[in-house]
Amino acid sequence: MDRLALDVAHLFAGGLVLVSFMLLYQDRMFGLLNIFALHALVVSLSVAWQAHIQSAPHLYITAGIALVVKAIIIPVALRRIIVRLGIHRTIDTVGGIGQTMLAGIGLVALSIMVMLPITAEAGTLTREDLAFSLSVILLGLLMMISRRNAVSQIIGFMSIENGLILAATAAKGMPLVVEISVAFSIVIALIVIGIFLFRIRENFDTMDVHALERFRGGQP
Amino acid sequence: MALIHDALVQLAQLLLMLALAPLLTGYIRKVKAYLLRRQGPPLLQPYRDLLKLLRKEAVLADNASWVFRTAPYLIFATTLIAAALVPTFATGLLFSPAADLIAIVALLGTARFALALAGLDVGTSFGGIGASREMMIASLAEPAMLMIVFTLSLLAGSTQLSSVAVFVQGPTIGLRVSLAMALVALIMVAIAENSRIPVDNPATHLELTMIHEAMILEYSGRHLAVIEVAASLKLLLYFSLIACMFLPWGIASANGDLAAFAIGLVSYVTKLAMGGFLLAVFETATAKMRVFRVSDFLGAALMLGLLATLLLFVSQAA
Amino acid sequence: MALTIVLSCVAVLLGTSALAVAGARSSLTSFFVYGVALAAGACALGAAGAMLVIAPGSAQTAQLPIGLPWLGAHFRLDALAALFLVVINLGSFTSSLYGLGYGRHESSPGRVLPFFPAFLAGMNLVVLADDAFTFLLTWEFMSLTSWALVMAHHRERDNARAGYIYLIMASFGTLALLLTFGLLAGPNGGYAFDAIRATTPSAGLSAAVLTLALIGAGSKAGLVPLHVWLPLAHPAAPSHVSALMSGVMTKVAVYGFVRIVFDLLGPPQWWWGAVVLTLGGISAVLGVLYALMQHDLKRLLAYHTVENIGIIFIGLGLALAFRANDMRAAAALALTAALFHVFNHSVFKSLLFFGAGAVLGATGERDMEHLGGLIHRMPLTAIAFLAGSTAISALPPFNGFVSEWLTFQAILLSPQLPQWLLKFIVPAAGAMLALSAALAAGCFVKAFGATFLGRPRRSVAQNAQETDAWSLAAMFILVLLCLVAGILPGYFIDALAPVTQLLLDARLAPQAQLRWLTIVPIAASRSSYNGLLLFVLVAAAGWLGAYVIHRWASHALRRAAAWDCGFPDARPVTQYTAGSFAQPIRRVFGGFAFRAHEQVYIPPPGQIQPAQFHLSMRDLVWDVLYAPIEGVVNFAADRLNQVQSWTIRAYLTMVFGSVVLLLMVLAVWH
Repeated sequence: MDRLALDVAHLFAGGLVLVSFMLLYQDRMFGLLNIFALHALVVSLSVAWQAHIQSAPHLYITAGIALVVKAIIIPVALRRIIVRLGIHRTIDTVGGIGQTMLAGIGLVALSIMVMLPITAEAGTLTREDLAFSLSVILLGLLMMISRRNAVSQIIGFMSIENGLILAATAAKGMPLVVEISVAFSIVIALIVIGIFLFRIRENFDTMDVHALERFRGGQP
Repeated sequence: MALIHDALVQLAQLLLMLALAPLLTGYIRKVKAYLLRRQGPPLLQPYRDLLKLLRKEAVLADNASWVFRTAPYLIFATTLIAAALVPTFATGLLFSPAADLIAIVALLGTARFALALAGLDVGTSFGGIGASREMMIASLAEPAMLMIVFTLSLLAGSTQLSSVAVFVQGPTIGLRVSLAMALVALIMVAIAENSRIPVDNPATHLELTMIHEAMILEYSGRHLAVIEVAASLKLLLYFSLIACMFLPWGIASANGDLAAFAIGLVSYVTKLAMGGFLLAVFETATAKMRVFRVSDFLGAALMLGLLATLLLFVSQAA
Repeated sequence: MALTIVLSCVAVLLGTSALAVAGARSSLTSFFVYGVALAAGACALGAAGAMLVIAPGSAQTAQLPIGLPWLGAHFRLDALAALFLVVINLGSFTSSLYGLGYGRHESSPGRVLPFFPAFLAGMNLVVLADDAFTFLLTWEFMSLTSWALVMAHHRERDNARAGYIYLIMASFGTLALLLTFGLLAGPNGGYAFDAIRATTPSAGLSAAVLTLALIGAGSKAGLVPLHVWLPLAHPAAPSHVSALMSGVMTKVAVYGFVRIVFDLLGPPQWWWGAVVLTLGGISAVLGVLYALMQHDLKRLLAYHTVENIGIIFIGLGLALAFRANDMRAAAALALTAALFHVFNHSVFKSLLFFGAGAVLGATGERDMEHLGGLIHRMPLTAIAFLAGSTAISALPPFNGFVSEWLTFQAILLSPQLPQWLLKFIVPAAGAMLALSAALAAGCFVKAFGATFLGRPRRSVAQNAQETDAWSLAAMFILVLLCLVAGILPGYFIDALAPVTQLLLDARLAPQAQLRWLTIVPIAASRSSYNGLLLFVLVAAAGWLGAYVIHRWASHALRRAAAWDCGFPDARPVTQYTAGSFAQPIRRVFGGFAFRAHEQVYIPPPGQIQPAQFHLSMRDLVWDVLYAPIEGVVNFAADRLNQVQSWTIRAYLTMVFGSVVLLLMVLAVWH
């Protein structure tokens, strides 16, 4: 594989990690949506580049799905939900941004330390992408636990899915049908969660998932 | 003979920095004024201001000590020497072995230390507010700067600015997301260090929001002039730093001929013009943030630096 | 030869100590004691310095028939010992000089004079000891004499508690060192260092030794989380003793660590470096953060000792990591940086404590919130303190910067390390080092600004007088050293080469012969620094600028009231205080490190209650580590209280039961 191809792939994969950090940094709703759209855009670019250098045309379809569904449809839908719910001015974080990002750096270091030694036989690009995709997944999880708002948690969840796509394309083994079904299930999940959000809102008058905790069983 | 040649280049570099610094400030003001659909002061206005200030008598607060009076010259001297060590139109400066990038940053730290002390000297509340906030910002900007140095040194194998410039011009560098991150982090640090929007506002005298201006509130006459020159020198220094480390194209080598130097000079001025324009656009389009959001802003710069280092480890190991 | 001189100096010091007990009432005793200590310090300094420069490779040994009958007391002077002797005796020389002036105002000389020379003797002996028994004995001697000095003003508030905590921590540290040497000596009990050096312990054993050495030496040096006693005990002593404890005794602890881990223990594992680095990084950052929250000038300086010890341990950790991977040149660089910082810190920390002592002597205040404006009353002390502040803040052209710069250069070599964990920890340690340096600058802007600049906040500060000539002489010797070590670091680095040669079998390339006295630790294309040139250039540019402006533009000057945005208020309470200076930094870092919590109450308009501000902070190290231990000890003590009211028969039963139990253990053992 020539040098330039490698560098561009590295650029996209590293950029994805960077955008994950931007998600962690951003605490405003619309800003979060825009960055999520960027996240999806970077992942689709990355997949498209992989399709180009691996000469695997079916990956173009994956990239297209990622672009249309996650960079356009889902952000637009979430934006409408946010406007409908009137929460676009909400600022939400649990801990300080600095501490969350510090934890994020630790997670990236951890995933590199785990992934690079165990993938010693694989190709350069695969190793790199696997390490980065694990980072993206862990950062998405971190985002889900460091946010109170249900919409931010959804975005964290979706960024995890982007990390999985990156891993799958790097491993050169994901059948198209799996990807299509994953994308489909994401859309279904969005619909379900959207309905769920309105139900939360109707019942508790807030988007803060902490409100739900009072209704758990087993507490006095 | 070679020594004289090097000394001349070094001297030219120093005088160039000194001469260009107020112009850059005037240029940025002008562009900002145009963007706000104002006429704006003439390009050369900063020079006139400085000359006027220099000729005025200095008014000193009653209990100001020698720290207050010597600090401006110390700040000016450290900033000037730091600026003279950053390659602008040619690498391989005569004095560049005296300080690598870490030492240049530390020299600026000495200037800041003197400025903060001068802010506290008269014993007014504004001087204190400026000094304490400046040191808070510096405490976050310096680690971020070090991570940028670390990233570059990891790639170039050197903290010497000339070597970095030569390496970045070379063919082995490739497309690196880490470099982009380091660049963004360096820009964030530069914005904070030079008291630009959104961290501080160089044009404000609104009491509770100012940082740099609060520290120099008690200065007047020649002392103020010297500090203003130092401030514009520092801005020029950061522009040159970014130009030298991330866009070193066109820069002449140490033993170049006159033509090479001319090319270097033209490309340097072009870079400055572009950078100043971008800064003006950015400042016009951004609102100043609250003081305690600055820690998040610089924290992000630090994280970018760390992330750049980590990603570099991956790509070098893989 | 050098060894004999140093040992005779020690003997003289011990003799002086005995004489001082007898003559503590006389007013001449103070002059006599400090005079003798000054002379002894100068002699030992000269001998050790000459040894380090002239015959660095050699080692001298001596054996005295004291101590354990079958062992005797072994002493040995090699390059490492000579370096630390220089540090110790430089400190004792300057603090004796300072004591000549400062000690005259001592309220209870009988509690200081006998212990001062004994403390100096103890520190010298620790460095010279060549067997475990002598080492431990002199170590404990050093601890106890310093404890006695801490307790000199035992009637002042909090000093008794400080002494109590110090005694506990010192005993605990010595216990850890006792176990260290027990493990090192092995079952055959070869307690001489030669015998220990000859054996190589197994991996598990050496890990245990490293842990114990870290606890033992680290608790004396003030490594987080074993630092809790240090900021209490160091300021409690008289100021020249504070300087010795902070500037020098912590270095003896560093010596103990270097001697055990680099010399006696044998080849290191790579993870040792990771552990030491992490502890060092945490100490550096936490130490300076604690210092920023302090308003007591001497306690602030004591917390900075924690920070600088952290920086030294970062260097030591790097050296261990490089050596474990057999990267000898890099290890030599890291060790040189650490040792150079040992020297530098001893110089500027002594200087700063002297300055704080001068302020304390002139005003009777250690609280910065009550001082201010002293630069007008004590101009020379202010210059000396400013030089020390610049040096400790790692700003060029002073010496603190050079050693931190060398540490950074060693950190930048870390990508060559093969272990992934180290690859990640080292840059993080670098970020922590930069953070601590920047915060230290902030902290000393605060310390110098609140104490010397602005307007006096109390009448004591308004009426202060400049300190005496002895103290000023001591301070300016150190100022000069700070500057010389900063602008001519090449000579100092070369003087450290025999030490790295001894411990690592590698050294930095000779620096002093390089063109223009530039220092080049690795290669010229990689990095270089020239303090002299920077100093000259900055001085020339500053002078030239001032000259040109004064000559051709204007030199008119008028004094007027401060401008202060049009609302000048002459009352000193309107100034920024040390507390308000630290507030932004406390808001950024304090919530994380101290659980700092601010509450502001502003009464609604029309009500005449005062506005209130309440700040609460918690010391997490104390809460997490020490409070539970204290709880357990108290609980156990409460349980054991019942033992006091037992009957004689019950006591006898317990004794009998223990004997039988021990016999059974013995029976099963064999």
